[in-house]
Amino acid sequence: MKLVNHTLSYLSIAFFIVLGVWATIFYANFLDEIYDSIDDGLENTKLLILERVATDTTLIHKTALLESNYAIREINATDALQYRDVYMDSTIYTINEQDYEPVRVLKSAFQVHGKYYELLIVSSMVEEDDLIEDLLYSIIWLYVILLISIMIINNILLRRIWRPFYAILDRLRNFRVESPELPAFSVTRVTEFNMLQESITTLLHRTVATFQSQKQFIENASHELQTPLAISINKLELLAEKQQHAEANLAEISSVIESLQRLTRLNKTLLLLSKIENRQFPEQTSVDFNQLLDHLAIALSDLADYKSVILSVHHRGRLTKRINEDLASIMLSNLIKNGILHNVEGGRIEIEVTDQGVTIENTSTLGTLDKSKIFERFYKGSNQKHSTGLGLAIVKSICDLYGYKLEYRYNGKHVFSITMAAS
Amino acid sequence: MKILLIEDEDDLRDVMKISLEKELFLIETASDFHTAAEKLETYDYDCILLDIMLPGGSGLTLLELLKEKGKHNSVIIISAKNSIDDKVRGLNLGADDYLTKPFHLAELTARVKSVIRRKQHDGQKIINIGNVKINLNERTVNVQSSALILNRKEFDILVYFASNKNRLINKTALAEHIWGDHADQSDDFEFIYSQIKNLRKKLKETDASIEIQAVYGIGYKLVVE
Repeated sequence: MKLVNHTLSYLSIAFFIVLGVWATIFYANFLDEIYDSIDDGLENTKLLILERVATDTTLIHKTALLESNYAIREINATDALQYRDVYMDSTIYTINEQDYEPVRVLKSAFQVHGKYYELLIVSSMVEEDDLIEDLLYSIIWLYVILLISIMIINNILLRRIWRPFYAILDRLRNFRVESPELPAFSVTRVTEFNMLQESITTLLHRTVATFQSQKQFIENASHELQTPLAISINKLELLAEKQQHAEANLAEISSVIESLQRLTRLNKTLLLLSKIENRQFPEQTSVDFNQLLDHLAIALSDLADYKSVILSVHHRGRLTKRINEDLASIMLSNLIKNGILHNVEGGRIEIEVTDQGVTIENTSTLGTLDKSKIFERFYKGSNQKHSTGLGLAIVKSICDLYGYKLEYRYNGKHVFSITMAAS
Repeated sequence: MKILLIEDEDDLRDVMKISLEKELFLIETASDFHTAAEKLETYDYDCILLDIMLPGGSGLTLLELLKEKGKHNSVIIISAKNSIDDKVRGLNLGADDYLTKPFHLAELTARVKSVIRRKQHDGQKIINIGNVKINLNERTVNVQSSALILNRKEFDILVYFASNKNRLINKTALAEHIWGDHADQSDDFEFIYSQIKNLRKKLKETDASIEIQAVYGIGYKLVVE
């Protein structure tokens, strides 16, 4: 829910309550005032009638209301003496409305020429149900108009007021921690926004600094590891030359060298991954993928032959992209090597190049692989003891770097496809 | 053949020195920028092995120094950084090759011999080993007077072994040298056996006086009979 609508939803509830309470109080006061004024009118009429009755006795015989608003009836003295003025609500049949309409009635008693009479005065009243209905409609209208106008004002005003906020959001959305430039914010008139910007800038500074130092750390750690690795491997190589007659010792030395080499490869691969992710391969050339795949097929043919895997490249289209040549080569050779190493004896690898991308399909002893995991670092689908578990992670990060779509599916064969958008 | 080895890491410098001395090179060493600069100023070397990160300055500065003096020594940069920038800058400043740490001693020997050969002025680059004559320019091999026909990889393997005569060669070192980056990830480098097997067979058939021996567990060794 947008902020604008959010405030509106709270306001609508608040207005509903406020207007409801206000309408009730208003109605009560209003009605009270009406009664007051009608009752005053009735009282006044009573006094006028009493004044006239004293002089004009014909009035006493007016026993029915008919066209006028009063009637007089003779009553006995005991009743009259107990009489108190009574104001009451009643209804009367009106011809024009053809219905019973509410009236206000004043019942009083008086004495003239020694006789007691009851006086009944009526005054038409407001129809309460009509009044309530009118009031209700007015309130509803007021409510709706209020909400609409608030909504409009909110939309215009809030959008304008919140513009710096959206600008901040936009800058943050485009922020990349590996980019050296921090988003630049312009100072706004709103203190809170300026505070927000300051906080964000501080946070980003810290994040970027942390990221840079982490990056530097990984790079330095990898580099620092190279020298001791070099010393260890080279010393063992010299040692092996001294020990050449003791086969058991040689095998030991050899296995240590192999472990160190695995460590070296792992180290180099991690360095490569971090370089890809830090976009440290800025050079791009126009790479002819048809040609590249032919070269790779030749380069990897020894490995394929050894594994008795038939490797074939099918050129269904021409594919040329701007990409770092080394990365293009790493990306494809990792996939092909994967296809060779996890293949069955006498299996096949079919590489297909189209205008859109490259598909690499291979037979394998393994069943379908876990799509969500195969591109993760250090994920090993099989227990290949020499695999670093980083090969496909590298392919994925190269594809991500260039916005290529990397997909895996299984149709009895393992199919890896890289789809590149039209250049 | 005189080589100046500029490397600040004592242990690494020592093993490199021992290994190169086995090839009968004369090795002088420098462990920091100033010693290296002095030695470069005073003497001439057939090959300079140059670490880039040195106490007291950058190896690249030493390269610039050499260029200014108009000295055309063969230089191999040895760096822990596999950085394309450094590589390009180094090669532009006149370095002949670039080797990333960690490397195999056999690879180092092969590279050193290769750059030294490149600077020799005898036109035909030829390696004589036993009764085998390897012509590097024409990529041909003769055993006594008869030609030995090798495919591209077999030839590369033979040259590598010839550069590391009597030395123990780790199979990974060989795989990385011949197959380059494509060798990594491959399990056990078993696939190099078939190439070696063919090469050995061909050498035997032509009565070559050299033999590639398998050394249990570790790799191979070329011996002259």
